[in-house]
Amino acid sequence: MDKASKNTMGFFDYLKNILSIFQFKKTIRLGLYGPVNAGKSSLANRISLDWLGEEMSAVSKIPHETREIKVKEKVRINSNGKELDFNLIDTPGIATKIDFEDFLKYKMSKKEAKRRAKEATQGVIEAIKWLENVDCVLVVLDSTENPYDQVNVTIIGNLAARDIPVLIVANKVDLRRANVKRVESAFPQYKVIGVSALKGKNMEGFYKELFDIVR
Amino acid sequence: MLRLQFIPYTEIASLTSENKISKVLRIAKNNRIILLEGKFSPEEEALLIERTMSSINRRFKGIEICSVGDYSKEDWVNKIKKSLAKMLLGVNASGMTIIGPASIVKEIKRDPDKIELLTKNMR
Repeated sequence: MDKASKNTMGFFDYLKNILSIFQFKKTIRLGLYGPVNAGKSSLANRISLDWLGEEMSAVSKIPHETREIKVKEKVRINSNGKELDFNLIDTPGIATKIDFEDFLKYKMSKKEAKRRAKEATQGVIEAIKWLENVDCVLVVLDSTENPYDQVNVTIIGNLAARDIPVLIVANKVDLRRANVKRVESAFPQYKVIGVSALKGKNMEGFYKELFDIVR
Repeated sequence: MLRLQFIPYTEIASLTSENKISKVLRIAKNNRIILLEGKFSPEEEALLIERTMSSINRRFKGIEICSVGDYSKEDWVNKIKKSLAKMLLGVNASGMTIIGPASIVKEIKRDPDKIELLTKNMR
């Protein structure tokens, strides 16, 4: 190899090292995906509260409370002496059906229910489109519900097809009917961590698993 | 009365994803429950959800969908066989997909090998 080639190689190695430093420092775009009312916004709030001291999304028992993408930038998380920066992306719940009449039982006016249903349909479309803009994903499932729902399978299938790292969060473990084992048996090829975002239960274990999947 | 429509995979194998979705949604909007031979790809399922959401109006409230026949429990030889079949035929012919309009089908439960289809007026 001549001297000019060696110099070129050296330069590229140097450039690669510089880039790897930036890559190490890059902010990870962490999407929170899942079906409606699984607790995505509660988990986003818990993470934001733990590391920034403030919540990021409104939560409610009424379905489709989150109807647009919410992003919290530069959330620096520490776990086991390591530190990573995340952009938290809270997404609307994925659904295959939306009926405005379902909102009427929450004492909403017909006009308000129709507006909410319309926004919810747009929110689902937006959430699916945002799959292109995430580096890794927390699939948040309600551990009291049947995990074999097609929406869950579709979300996880799409993430697998895009090679996006996934951590399944079995939420609501504070409830009596919670069944983390059932979630684990539904998705045996994925890491599942049981938490209660609302009560802050097992969040340390959650951060540890999160660091494992983004490594 | 429940109306079921069977779609063999040969009927949709040559269609583009967009056309497959349009076909299925057209039938669902006509208040029929579809028994589709095979499964959509994950990307097609996402597209189906997007198109369903865009179609929701006063009369059409969306769909219930359930696919059965996962690869997860199969050995690697069968997985390769089915992957080859998918590559050659352009469609995942294994398993079955049930799609019903939400105005008729309240819920489709999979648990995991058994399917229960609950209709709106069932007592």
